[in-house]
Amino acid sequence: MEYLGQYKAVYKAKAGCEDILAKSQDGGIVTAMFAYALETGIIDGAIVAGPGDEAYKPEPMIATTVDELLAARGTKYSISPNMALIKEATRSYGLDKIGIVGTPCQIQALRKAQLYPIGMRDVPDKIALAMGIFCMENFPYQGLFQMVEDHCATKIDNVTKMDIGKGKFSVYTERGVNSQIPLKVTHKYEQPGCHVCLDYVANMADISTGSVGTPDGWSTVFVRSAAGEAAFNKAVEAGWIVAESMDGVKPGLELVTKLATEKIDKNKSYIEHRNHAEHAALKPLRNPYI
Amino acid sequence: MGLFDKFKSLLFGKGDVSEGTQDEKPVASKQDEPVSAMHKSPVNEAKPADMKVEQKPIIQKPKEEKPVADKITVGHVHMSGCTGCLVSLADNYEGLLTILDKYADLVYCLTLADVRHIPKMDVALVEGSVCLNDECSMEEILETRENATIVVALGGCACYGNTTRFCRGGQQNQPQHEAFLPIGDLIKVDVYIPACAPTPQQIRNVCLMAYLLLKGNDEQKALATAYLTPLMNLAAAGTEACGCDLMTEVINQGLCCGCGSCAAACTVRAVTMQYGKPQVERDLCIKCGACYAQCPRSFFSFDVCGQYESITNLITEVMKP
Repeated sequence: MEYLGQYKAVYKAKAGCEDILAKSQDGGIVTAMFAYALETGIIDGAIVAGPGDEAYKPEPMIATTVDELLAARGTKYSISPNMALIKEATRSYGLDKIGIVGTPCQIQALRKAQLYPIGMRDVPDKIALAMGIFCMENFPYQGLFQMVEDHCATKIDNVTKMDIGKGKFSVYTERGVNSQIPLKVTHKYEQPGCHVCLDYVANMADISTGSVGTPDGWSTVFVRSAAGEAAFNKAVEAGWIVAESMDGVKPGLELVTKLATEKIDKNKSYIEHRNHAEHAALKPLRNPYI
Repeated sequence: MGLFDKFKSLLFGKGDVSEGTQDEKPVASKQDEPVSAMHKSPVNEAKPADMKVEQKPIIQKPKEEKPVADKITVGHVHMSGCTGCLVSLADNYEGLLTILDKYADLVYCLTLADVRHIPKMDVALVEGSVCLNDECSMEEILETRENATIVVALGGCACYGNTTRFCRGGQQNQPQHEAFLPIGDLIKVDVYIPACAPTPQQIRNVCLMAYLLLKGNDEQKALATAYLTPLMNLAAAGTEACGCDLMTEVINQGLCCGCGSCAAACTVRAVTMQYGKPQVERDLCIKCGACYAQCPRSFFSFDVCGQYESITNLITEVMKP
């Protein structure tokens, strides 16, 4: 429970709309929630990882229409500094109710920005819906490029979909050819900052979602805050999202808990290792958690 | 004020005040009463005593509601700064009035509280850096430390020098003023609020937490301590900051997660994200310390941030007018 954070409810869910599902990694929950929230005025705009100038290089963007949202859907396994736009959204775009999607570390940054708004003037009260995504680690763009072009021997421009599951990183192209490499190979391309992260399922988001724990085509959804609960229930009622109980779902929360425990325990011991207590000659490295 | 008026007040005005409306200023009551007396009673001979019975409860009610005794005293001390921090404090708008109504008395403040010398106070918010060439500044910063229980460095100049670091003197009136130090280089500072300008919300949060720390129950004190600890640690950590901190303390330490908080926090847009990592244009950096302090990997407390919902609700609740 501690590893999964506080939550009010957990569901097996997917988008109610085929259009969204067509290009989603699994359930298309983030796109569906934001589309619903945009349509109903829960949010004025959403900060999402949009397409960049190079294939699979995400760039944060502010989507204020469902069309823009749809253009940004799909998982991109690289860094999209979504928080970079949080103040811009309240200024240039003049948004009062902001939706933002982020990895656990980005949601942590968001909550810190709300409680310690050091450089975030007038931002704290304008966060309407924070969607968190499960995250084991992230890759810098050059790392991802190396994995696809070098290890998978696939031109990144030809890739139609990437996904990580069942211990493998898979690359799909239009011809249906896909190459897979074991995750073991990808580890060295992770960004180092991921190794001190103590959160797997975005414990501080309003709603967090990911593909782990549910069958293909479905997502696991944790509803965590009052704002998240209100928005999610309405989206389900309106048919934008199909939600079912997690009871008896095959891999289920057990797998989510297992992965969360693995990640957090490993990273906790890495943070301890950074203390260099075992090497008298080494000075400790900085610990971000005071 | 003519002789006639003085005479009249001797006859009627003074008698009125001593009998009932002691809370009101004598001048105000003297002017109001004849008018209201005329309106309310068609008979010319309205006795002042009759009116006072009606007015009493109206005056007393709000006075009893205000928990005046529980307020903390806060002062804004102005050193060499641009007054942007004070504007930021005022930019809490009606929130500032709520704070002044319920939690804090502003006992010293440029423009807003007309007091000449730095009085005793619980919290001193110090804006600006100290000019070594200005004797008055040196005296005032010492006086502030002596008279305040908690000294808060408000804004980049007081914390890290900010733009005053770039001062070379030669300004009109005081061309010899060229040496400016963040207050932490001269006195012990308890809490830092970095950024240029610091945000109204951050100032509000620190004021509320200081109130909880000084006047709250045990639970509230624990929360306030947990909240303020990282800002106290910043104060203990030193008086130098610039965008380079992102490089030396975050990226070089293998901690950057590429969230982009630093880029959003930067007032002068010196920080951009390149390949998911911050890139600082050092010529633009004004050394305000916002980017590093905003970074989730500079400090992060699960105890505080994990309770974001309840703390946010608490702040919303207590800030209701």
